[in-house]
Amino acid sequence: MKDIHLIALAVNGNEHEIVVESRRTLADVLRHDLGYTGTHVGCEHGICGACTVLLDGEPVRSCLVFGVQADGCEVRTVEGLADGEELSDLQKAFSRCHGLQCGFCTPGFLMLSEAYLSEQDTVPDEAEVREVLAANLCRCTGYQGIVEAVRQVAEERMG
Amino acid sequence: MTAWVGARVPRKEDRRMLLGRGRFVADMARTDTLHAGFVRSPHASATIKSIDVSAAKRVDGVLDVLTGADLGDPFLRSVLERDEFVPTKMPMLSGDRVRFAGEPVAVVIAEDAYAAEDGAEAVEVEWETGPVVMDIGAAVAADVEVHSGTRNCLVDLVMFDDPALDRIFADARLTIEATFTSARVSGLPIEGRATMAEWDDRDSQVIVHTSTQVPHQCRSGIAQALGIPERGVRVIAPDVGGGFGQKCVVSREEVVIAAAAMRLRRPVIWVEDRQENLTASVHGHEQRYDVTAAFDADGRILGLAADITCDIGAYSVFPFTCAVEPLMAATELPGIYKVPAYRARGRGFATNKAPTAPYRGVSRPQIVLVMERLMEKAAARLGVDPIEIRRRNMILPGEFPYTGVNKITYDEGSYLESLDLTEKKITEAGWYTERDRLREQGLLAGIGFSCFSERTAYGTPTMSQRRMRMTPGYDTAHVRMDPSGEVIVTTGTSGHGQGHETTFAQIVADQLGIHPDQVRLRQGDTDLTSYGWGTFGSRSIVIGGGAASKAAASVAGRLRKVAAHLLEVGEDDVQLADGRAGVRGVPDASLPIAELARVVHFQTHQLPEECRYGLEARESADPPGTFSNACHATLVSVDPETGDIRARKFMVVEDCGVIINPLVVDGQVRGGVAQGIAAALYERITFDQEGQPTSATLMDYLVPTATEICPIEIHHLETPSQFSENGSKGMGEGGTIGAPAAVLNAINDALAHRGAEFDHIPVMPEDVLS
Ligand code: FES
Ligand code: FES
Repeated sequence: MKDIHLIALAVNGNEHEIVVESRRTLADVLRHDLGYTGTHVGCEHGICGACTVLLDGEPVRSCLVFGVQADGCEVRTVEGLADGEELSDLQKAFSRCHGLQCGFCTPGFLMLSEAYLSEQDTVPDEAEVREVLAANLCRCTGYQGIVEAVRQVAEERMG
Repeated sequence: MTAWVGARVPRKEDRRMLLGRGRFVADMARTDTLHAGFVRSPHASATIKSIDVSAAKRVDGVLDVLTGADLGDPFLRSVLERDEFVPTKMPMLSGDRVRFAGEPVAVVIAEDAYAAEDGAEAVEVEWETGPVVMDIGAAVAADVEVHSGTRNCLVDLVMFDDPALDRIFADARLTIEATFTSARVSGLPIEGRATMAEWDDRDSQVIVHTSTQVPHQCRSGIAQALGIPERGVRVIAPDVGGGFGQKCVVSREEVVIAAAAMRLRRPVIWVEDRQENLTASVHGHEQRYDVTAAFDADGRILGLAADITCDIGAYSVFPFTCAVEPLMAATELPGIYKVPAYRARGRGFATNKAPTAPYRGVSRPQIVLVMERLMEKAAARLGVDPIEIRRRNMILPGEFPYTGVNKITYDEGSYLESLDLTEKKITEAGWYTERDRLREQGLLAGIGFSCFSERTAYGTPTMSQRRMRMTPGYDTAHVRMDPSGEVIVTTGTSGHGQGHETTFAQIVADQLGIHPDQVRLRQGDTDLTSYGWGTFGSRSIVIGGGAASKAAASVAGRLRKVAAHLLEVGEDDVQLADGRAGVRGVPDASLPIAELARVVHFQTHQLPEECRYGLEARESADPPGTFSNACHATLVSVDPETGDIRARKFMVVEDCGVIINPLVVDGQVRGGVAQGIAAALYERITFDQEGQPTSATLMDYLVPTATEICPIEIHHLETPSQFSENGSKGMGEGGTIGAPAAVLNAINDALAHRGAEFDHIPVMPEDVLS
């Protein structure tokens, strides 16, 4: 007998009600049950951060959260960053600064950065940005473009 | 007339990735897709007594469990056509013997990935464990054999053997003997391997969506293993989340998933988890160099001999074989230095570990490390400045093209200029002052250099010397303009993060006088593209881009003919630029290129015979290879209390010939350097004595984060290659090739006064403390 539950969650403002097994991760719920495949899974053990989404505004590793734990929550994923077809300032900065190559880690870095930037009221220095971004792994870029993108957006927003 | 080549064009790939609309294999599972989970050996060496799948088949959600026998025992055997090579048979699912922990023996097909894992746990295998061979020493001793009758030596090549060497070593002012080692590491793309296959009745073929760098090689491997014609397999690489070599060989899992989809007539997906990726995919770089080198009193190298041994793991990967590392190392060790006499033996030894494959750099991080350490050692012993000794030995301006003792011809490079510029830049930037400041703070600090070149774009003239039964090298592009004047380019290369959709478009746009947004690249689909060899070995821009450039030039020639006819001028007077065909010296006479395309397709009868019926061309490129070069420098600090080692500053002066897109080049350099620093300081695949992997998670295998990787400053020199279509040189691996030697030299500089010297990577805190 499967251990199943009915949960309700809002993803990027869209309401969903679904039945999930208790062991199903939020990453799988988002990706496979609800079709938000922008969230990526790179390790399934909480290290790489590719699966980072915002759960009630806080960045979480969706591979370490069960779907049932998101019951009644607001989830924000990479699909919710742009305004329709218009890229957000952060997304534009990633492209301008070459903060992505294969793009697999990118949704996680975007969501992590989005959460971080939304809490800032001063422009952080590079060392601090690196500390924050150290939560996630990228294998392609050497991080410099990502760091630069986040710094530039901080300046634009706080500037 | 170049407008786009060289421009910092933002990448076309970015938008979909940033919107979360990339399409990776794992995104393709549909509700009717079945999920596969592999049953893997928990032992490094064992005989399989029996496999009982009955309990697994009863697990909730499990549809089927397949063993090798169920699939007709498919296998792959990659072959080097040399007597010194011993081919090994690699079963796709082992039925009788396993040779490393993680080797697949069965696959469970279930409704979802969770049930597939439940099923895999319920498969009962009776193992009889055997003794293991876990390092090169044990492999050489051959008390235990990984493959019976081989003495564990799967390849043994004496590449060069100058008889004068022993005399040279005996007589030289300085003869150095040293051993250098590098640990086993993983390419570790953040997207692991993933494959989804489905049977297509309409075309009677299995369509295999897979995260690969080499779609055609993958098709050939699947077809060979399953005994079906290549037409029966279509391989599609969608967005691929990094490869670094790990995806440039054919995975057993790719073959098995294709076979399962054919058998079940249902889509089947397998998405590797990180533990599988770290233990059961492929590794690289585990090598040992026993080297003797002779120098004269001025520090000029007189002779070099190297005994190179590589731990290649349990099998020869397909199609490169296990010889890829020893061959590369033995052939290219002298690098940028003028070595007059040379001997090299390269051997590959089987061990009870996952196979090795070409990981970014392929032996060159190691050979550069060997040469750069030798230069430093000789300089110290002879009292010569360590930078000066490099100048005395390197191939200098005016000496290109230079054919070395290793029979390699080096095309024009800027070895000296890059070293000079690096030294100047770091001095201006105050690195030496900073080093002193760190030392005053009680830290150990050092500066290290590495000078190297990187052979790239190995075409068949070069690859054929390896004598692989499947010899990669050439590539073919097709360029086709549609009636609205937009262009589709196909290529056999298969980018996965390198920005080819952008850079190929820049190359083609310049030839045709149009905007890169009007050019679309089709890659990574064996049904849409001519046979090609994928993306590895820094080959794509020179070979794939070269072919695209030639094909576009051919289409441009047709456009000029059409324009000449419609404008009633001579063909040679027509210029294609800014979307128009204009006439030299007559500013008013011009036609939009889209209009030419319209006429060719819709009113072809208006044109003379040779201008009719479409605007397309197919061309191939197959260069001998070209050498990009660079000089790396780094400032490293070492905490004497904790042993913590940090790369604090990193500078690269690089020369990859004509730069197509500086944004992309800088990205490749930085990503490469990060992997080089990783190999020098952090990453190491480890096992216990029984052969159990002890670095099976990212808690144990330490991938550096944004705090471990410092900013990387880059300067460019541009020496065009005469061996490439557009003057460019490949540059995908240089960062990884040069960085370990620079870091190691910097550590040794920091520790010099303590009498410690390291010749291995990675150097870990515990090394410093002991
Ligand atoms: S997939 Fe969740 S942290 Fe790696
Ligand atoms: S862009 Fe490839 S892992 Fe970050």
